[in-house]
Amino acid sequence: MNPGTGKDRLNAMSRNRVVITGMGWVTPLGHDLDGVWRRLCAGESGVRPIDRFDASTFSTTFAAQVREYDFRRFVRDPVTHANAGANSRFALGAARQAWTQAGLDGASLDPSRAGIYLGAGEGVLDFGGFARTQLASWDPARSMIDTRRWAEAAATCLDPMTELEQEPNMPAAHLAREFDLRGPVFNCLTACAASTQAIGEAFTMLRDGEADLMLSGGTHTMIHVLGLTGFIRLTALSRRNDEMQRASRPFSRSRDGFVMGEGSGIVVLETLDHARARGATPYAEITGYGSSADAFRITDMHPEGRGPAEAIRQALAMAGIDPARRGADGRPLVHYISAHGTGTSENDSIETLAIRTVFGENAPSVPVSSIKSMMGHLIAAAGSVELIACVMAIRHGVVPPTINLDDPDPDLPLDYVPNVARSCAVDVCLSNSFGFGGQNDALVVRRFIA
Amino acid sequence: MGPVRSGNAGHRSDRIHGQPTGAGDADRYTPPPMSRRIVVTGVGPVTACGVGIDALWSALCEGRTAIDRIRGFDASGYACGIAGEITDEALDIRQHVPKSYRKNLKVMCRDIELAVAGAAAAITDAGLVTRGTDPDATPTIAPDRFGCHIGAGLIAADPHELGQALISSAAADGTLDLHHWGAQGMQNLTPLWLLKYLPNMLACHVTIIHDCRGPSNTITCCEASGALSIGESMRVIRRGAADACLSGGAEDKLNPMAFMRLHFADRLAATAPEDDPASIVRPFSPDARGTVAGAGGAILVLEALDAALGRGARPAAEIVGFAATQNVCPDTVGLRIPAEGETLSAAIRLALSRGGITADEVDAIVPFGSSIPAVDALERHALRTVFGARTPTIPLVTIVPTIGNTHAGSAAVSVAVAARMLRERMLPARLNTAGITDLDANATAARTASLEHVLVLSTSQGGQNAAVLLRRFDA
Repeated sequence: MNPGTGKDRLNAMSRNRVVITGMGWVTPLGHDLDGVWRRLCAGESGVRPIDRFDASTFSTTFAAQVREYDFRRFVRDPVTHANAGANSRFALGAARQAWTQAGLDGASLDPSRAGIYLGAGEGVLDFGGFARTQLASWDPARSMIDTRRWAEAAATCLDPMTELEQEPNMPAAHLAREFDLRGPVFNCLTACAASTQAIGEAFTMLRDGEADLMLSGGTHTMIHVLGLTGFIRLTALSRRNDEMQRASRPFSRSRDGFVMGEGSGIVVLETLDHARARGATPYAEITGYGSSADAFRITDMHPEGRGPAEAIRQALAMAGIDPARRGADGRPLVHYISAHGTGTSENDSIETLAIRTVFGENAPSVPVSSIKSMMGHLIAAAGSVELIACVMAIRHGVVPPTINLDDPDPDLPLDYVPNVARSCAVDVCLSNSFGFGGQNDALVVRRFIA
Repeated sequence: MGPVRSGNAGHRSDRIHGQPTGAGDADRYTPPPMSRRIVVTGVGPVTACGVGIDALWSALCEGRTAIDRIRGFDASGYACGIAGEITDEALDIRQHVPKSYRKNLKVMCRDIELAVAGAAAAITDAGLVTRGTDPDATPTIAPDRFGCHIGAGLIAADPHELGQALISSAAADGTLDLHHWGAQGMQNLTPLWLLKYLPNMLACHVTIIHDCRGPSNTITCCEASGALSIGESMRVIRRGAADACLSGGAEDKLNPMAFMRLHFADRLAATAPEDDPASIVRPFSPDARGTVAGAGGAILVLEALDAALGRGARPAAEIVGFAATQNVCPDTVGLRIPAEGETLSAAIRLALSRGGITADEVDAIVPFGSSIPAVDALERHALRTVFGARTPTIPLVTIVPTIGNTHAGSAAVSVAVAARMLRERMLPARLNTAGITDLDANATAARTASLEHVLVLSTSQGGQNAAVLLRRFDA
């Protein structure tokens, strides 16, 4: 392969270090970096009754919704994004926070060397319009939809822009427009692993010279009628309606499913050279990424945690970390694991098994927690906010807790940082995400040391 | 050997790049050589022409179109009444799924079926043994060295399936009673209903059938999904995380909801009952009036050249350049296309530069060629920008007039056709177009041509562009 020309350094033999220079999130616990972090460390729950539609007769009536959020505060010209769906609105706010923290407002960038890699979910179906269309076109005689009538009803009941904004590449299109990014743009959707995978791939693109800067992360809500319906039918959700703030209880014996959250986490990733050249502050460095498929079943994880263990192993190997070793301080070389930790019976058992498989005797000495206990499961966006939590743990020397862990599962023997945040030096973190269908991803992020 | 190891330690360790070596604790990660070359060793298109490359290739060369009036559902309520459908008769999915996996057919929507059939065809074409072809044999590619990247669209739920459930919750006034839906109505949906429509299920079913345990991703960028998936597979193989990947995309928008969204996007040609379905799609023609939808896609086997040669494969072509860029759209949805946008041309230039060739060395181009006037104009502008005065002499190969716009599958179909063109040194026929003076795009019969490099273009609703450069592989 010949070397690329000009500024294209794809084929350069040397590899770039990749740093995080900006972070932003829009979550059920707020929309500012430090405020959300304080609430995570205080063990607050963002879970409330669903008030976006009447879910009172659903078997699960609660979720962790983003509240009091106005995306117009974060964009240059709200008219540009007038049609933006919920996922795009969350992403615009998270990205603006990251952009500003990175010192990019007003900075001059080469737009052709700046790209986007998001793990954004499907947009929100207009259930009201869809249901009207369905009912208007039902043919009772044939017990099926009359598609001619369906088309005629849809043309009047559905709003074209609302429909088109549901494409999963729309949040990336909005970010490209807002920040004038013209380099490589990808969106991936591997269910609950999507944003971890997006950040991992963006990291390798920067490392290998495909771009100088990438906005990366995820954005998703499934807190809508068909989203809630789908997960209820899968029996994946907690039904603890009478004590909903205690419903998201990863690693506890009485866990009964996950709690839906929503929102977005976005980071500015840059090559270290690019960050230095413009005087930006690196907050952390990404050093490892692993990705695997279970290739087992669409409904169940492999009972030995084969795929998750492989993703973790690959990420640690790329970062040059031997999980069996300990450092000079006597601790394992990974100081915190942000677990996928959904609170489903299966995930928490198998994730624990995968961690034990990889870390062996060191496993009980690594703090593991799930912030899903507080902000619920952000689905495609989950990994992005959890990676940001890792960077905050490094910056502040505090590991966020797993709340609601008052009833530990005797079969799960790790240190899940129960209920109360813990102060300890954190230099190296591992962040896990595993998707429905068996796509698994893990990232290693560490304190930036020049 | 410490506990850091690849999942299948020792297996083909001589060929595993980017995995820990086990020697020493620091610097365990050995970066792969960036020069790792990537070849196409198998292609599996599934289109309105049928399953497999031969069916598509013969239709393209003989100038036959598979576009016809829509028969799969009553489309009389839609402005566009024609498409490249894949009927149940043309694709009996049971023939493409191992017997032991057939119980999963009930959780596969049509998009998933297309990917599963395409993967089976690609694996056959590449001569691979997998768990899916023979569960008792040793797989050609070690499972943890086999990745999977399949682009997908926003999959629309089946209104008939949902309709059955929703109608049970209809209130007396014809609206939906949400209380009833929450308490009872939703029970009429099969428990796994959601999993039928998740975009990542294309890749998930394929990885399970063929035991691909390497990196697997699902790119969802409308029409660019297939090309971006190929770019992702290249990145994964180059960094040493896999030796081979199933790569491509598939989509079927010929259902009431997805087809309605296409109408909302104003990209389809309006048709009248008296129109000749075969002649509607006219890429780059002055009288182009929109595209038509096609069901389909393609899965390819992309392999590191070292792995392919090691197993004695005969590559169809080498992929030597890939680049992606983003359009600056006047509107974020990308419905209004920037006529003078310079980012598609930037993608072409990058792909050529990464492939180490100049614009003069491109022998043929497979553009998106959608027949959507604004998108045709965008491609025309990019081609003229990069190829200048030579533009009218470079043959363009258009596929949409034969099978329709297969959306997330389209670019993967284009790459599959480009690989076959290079192997056969043949340019397929072109249909329907006349009066184009500034491009080599008028209707013509198939002809032989000395092809060394073929460029494939993709540009999506939403503004993602990708360019893929293929080179003939001479063993």
